[in-house]
Amino acid sequence: MAKEIIQVKNLKVHYPIRSGFWNRITDYVRAVDDISITINEGETYGLIGESGSGKSTTGKAIVGVEPVTSGSILYKGVDITKAKNRRKLNYNKDVQMIFQDSMSSLNPRKRIEDIIAEPIRNFENLTTDQERERVQELLDIVGMPSDSIYKYPHEFSGGQRQRIGVARAVATNPRLIVADEPTSALDLSVQAQVLNFMKHIQQQYNIAYLFISHDLGVVKHMSENLAIMHRGRLVEIGSREDIYKHPMHIYTKRLLSAIPQVDVEHREEHKKHRQEVEQEFQNDQDKWYDKDGRVFPLQQVSGKHLVALPKDELNEEKINEKEGA
Amino acid sequence: MEKQSDLLLDIQHLHTAYRLNGKFYDAADDINLTLKRNEILSIVGESGCGKSTIASSIIGLYDHKNTKVTGDILYNELNLVGLNENLFNKIRGDKIGMIFQDPLASLNPLMRVGDQVAETLYYHTDMNEKERHNRVIELFNQVGMPKPEETFQMYPFELSGGLRQRVVIAMAIACKPEIIIADEPTTALDVTIQAQILDLLEDIQKQSQSGIILITHDLGVVAETADQVAVMYGGQIVEKADVKTVFEHPLHPYTRSLLNSMPQSEDEEEDLHVIQGTVPSLQDMPRNGDRFAARIPWIPASAHEENPVMHEVEPGHWVRCTCWKTFHFQDEVGGE
Amino acid sequence: MWKTVLRRILIMIPQLIILSILVFFLAKMMPGDPFSGQINPNTDPKQIEALKRAAGLYDPVPVQYARWVGNLFKGDLGTSYIQHVPVTSLIADRAVNTFWLSLFSTVISYSIAIPMGISAGRHQDEWQDQAVQIFNYITLAVPPFVFYILGIWLFGFTLGWFPISGSISPNASGFWGTLGSEIYHIILPGTLVALITTTSVVQYLRTGIVDNKVEDYVRTAHSKGVPEKVVFNKHILRNSLLPIASSFGTVITGLLSGSMIVESVFSYPGMGKLFLDSIGQRDYTTLTALILIFGFLTLLGNLLSDIIMSIVDPRIRIK
Repeated sequence: MAKEIIQVKNLKVHYPIRSGFWNRITDYVRAVDDISITINEGETYGLIGESGSGKSTTGKAIVGVEPVTSGSILYKGVDITKAKNRRKLNYNKDVQMIFQDSMSSLNPRKRIEDIIAEPIRNFENLTTDQERERVQELLDIVGMPSDSIYKYPHEFSGGQRQRIGVARAVATNPRLIVADEPTSALDLSVQAQVLNFMKHIQQQYNIAYLFISHDLGVVKHMSENLAIMHRGRLVEIGSREDIYKHPMHIYTKRLLSAIPQVDVEHREEHKKHRQEVEQEFQNDQDKWYDKDGRVFPLQQVSGKHLVALPKDELNEEKINEKEGA
Repeated sequence: MEKQSDLLLDIQHLHTAYRLNGKFYDAADDINLTLKRNEILSIVGESGCGKSTIASSIIGLYDHKNTKVTGDILYNELNLVGLNENLFNKIRGDKIGMIFQDPLASLNPLMRVGDQVAETLYYHTDMNEKERHNRVIELFNQVGMPKPEETFQMYPFELSGGLRQRVVIAMAIACKPEIIIADEPTTALDVTIQAQILDLLEDIQKQSQSGIILITHDLGVVAETADQVAVMYGGQIVEKADVKTVFEHPLHPYTRSLLNSMPQSEDEEEDLHVIQGTVPSLQDMPRNGDRFAARIPWIPASAHEENPVMHEVEPGHWVRCTCWKTFHFQDEVGGE
Repeated sequence: MWKTVLRRILIMIPQLIILSILVFFLAKMMPGDPFSGQINPNTDPKQIEALKRAAGLYDPVPVQYARWVGNLFKGDLGTSYIQHVPVTSLIADRAVNTFWLSLFSTVISYSIAIPMGISAGRHQDEWQDQAVQIFNYITLAVPPFVFYILGIWLFGFTLGWFPISGSISPNASGFWGTLGSEIYHIILPGTLVALITTTSVVQYLRTGIVDNKVEDYVRTAHSKGVPEKVVFNKHILRNSLLPIASSFGTVITGLLSGSMIVESVFSYPGMGKLFLDSIGQRDYTTLTALILIFGFLTLLGNLLSDIIMSIVDPRIRIK
């Protein structure tokens, strides 16, 4: 059994909604509403959701840049939702983030050398020569030419900038990188490049990724374990096999059926299947969501496979699963 | 043989060049395409390949000072290239409807969405205000808007992404155009909404018997919706065929490489295929020889045509250059 | 929308309280007191002390503040040290003059700035744009008083078209005669102020048009077959006027502070000139009263901006 690196327990991030004449808090946006996940050392954990599902907020909370309403995030057994603990553990050195928009996340007025060296300067005392050496090493890891250090972000293409973002994230030898839609803005062939060396770096340095994406194809390629998020809650978590081969929650099925398939031969069947699932999703709202439209709590179906099933569905589904398997 | 009227758009030797630092560079280079009635033609390629340039050339929306368009875009014997603006405004919105990528940006933030749809009708029909209103409601129903009457009075920021794109589609089809150009219509949308919007486009196409040009970078979207496909690289069409042929028997090295780099393969532990190098900028794009040659350097130069042209390999299946005959992936034979 | 407006007005209450406290302490810190200059310097200091005590100058500060605010509501801003008349009446006459001057220059300013902004934005980088930009640089670079003096020299002395000082001619009589004379006196200073206050409006409008021109929704409008001219007027221009509408309030505040210079140069009896005169004469009661009024008008200007914005921008109007 792999050792866990991060344990998120009952994480909630709520934002107040103010309304009425006096602008008082009348309700909360439950951006993240009671989610628990465990990320193991050196693995890629996929977090999938559509826009507004709360997946990015979860990522930010784990990095420590989003104030948490309640719940805990354990790193080395310590709850890092408290800033004091983050400082004590050097958490910000061990956990880094890669963003979707590489252009706006790199300071346009800084040279690549300074951009990559910044996290090193924050956490290590290196001489100028040592620092340059380290930057060169990092550029080498992400396959960028060594003269890049004198250039500015705008002189690079989107894919190259994303690689610089990865180099910066890797600079402090982190244990975990939260990657929020790292390839969504990239072309297919460039995406392939970035994904490949993210994998290589992982194998080389035993880094864990929290891979946040809306793209089920990419997540499937990257992650062993994954979680599907909807309306701030988890609808299904499990292994790649569990989710892609035996999806149980209607929302998971809906997401999976909506991925465009490169299978021209069967596209009519695929379309029909997708529309059936969509119909089922629309019709069975009361079955899969409680009366407030919230996702039910997760229940264990088998091993690592947890699904937000209504209570009485559990046994039936379990039987189905056994028969199906 | 098809009837003459089935041919909606006939693009011949289209060159669209942009002025950069005083010189013109072809962003769309010798494009030959046809769009027929009842057909979804997909133009697919990565950013900067020239696919959106074709769209703006067809509809005549480009910076006239810094763009040079030559060749022919024939719509019912009428050449849209160099067409006078007044005539063009009679065609735009009426005969050709356009759908853009970002539905929020493509709607006027300060105008009620109903009025924005009605504006199209104002310029192309004799309807009075009441009739226009009713037609907009009808259109909102057609595009599956949940509350047409209420939505009419709303502003874009009050709608979700999917509903905004439905407004844009309602706007594009308001005058029952024969041609609909959709430029990355679902790129800004969630995958479940994308599916609904694509279904809607297909339904509209079937009902109205129109022809749709679907411009996208997403091979999955192409495989799910297109009838005909044109793959573009570096401003040129490199492969052109019906959708089945393109996905099941792709020939051009670029098409094959692109398909291989999709993270959809069952073998998750494998590395994804990476196309070597990067797409040159418009100014640096080689103007002679095979533009893709630099990205498959292990293929000997002799395999490429000196001046690659499109060859009809099988009826209806066109491939640029003859290098596909000797092409293999680097790791297939020999390799490094 | 009414909720937003009402809430916005309520927000002004604490702002006003803070403003009044600031001005109150400013007044306290200034040298002198209500009796300075009122009393014969030979009076027995003890008697002055007694007078001061009677006037409550030794009361606890909150009590003094409460009385001061109470007087404010009664329209009592104190008595001018120098002119020995109630500040309220002193300011009232001047305020009317400043109001007309400001109104005149605002109207002229907008009627010059809007066409200039449109032409610059529409013909971006062409000669129209460059001409407007040059004009903007000049009005920004030349100090206002130099500009006014040049105006006086050219149109007042050399050409003799307009009077160069005052707000009315001494021998004007009758309703129409008075009005005519007043307008005649406003034209030159008003127009000069208008000319140099166009900059921000022109720039807002030009940038708005240039930015909006390349927005996707403009392309959408073109793709609907909307004629070029209509696209410009209905889509681009209308959306570019939004920031102008919202800057209206701040423009008014700017005019008030600008009034000091123009009124001094033209010896125009308005609030701005009164302000500078009060500084010169160390007329602290008048000065604090004017600071209070200017502060209040600034808050009012901002309120106006926000209200205009909530009316014209649906994104704020609908909540």
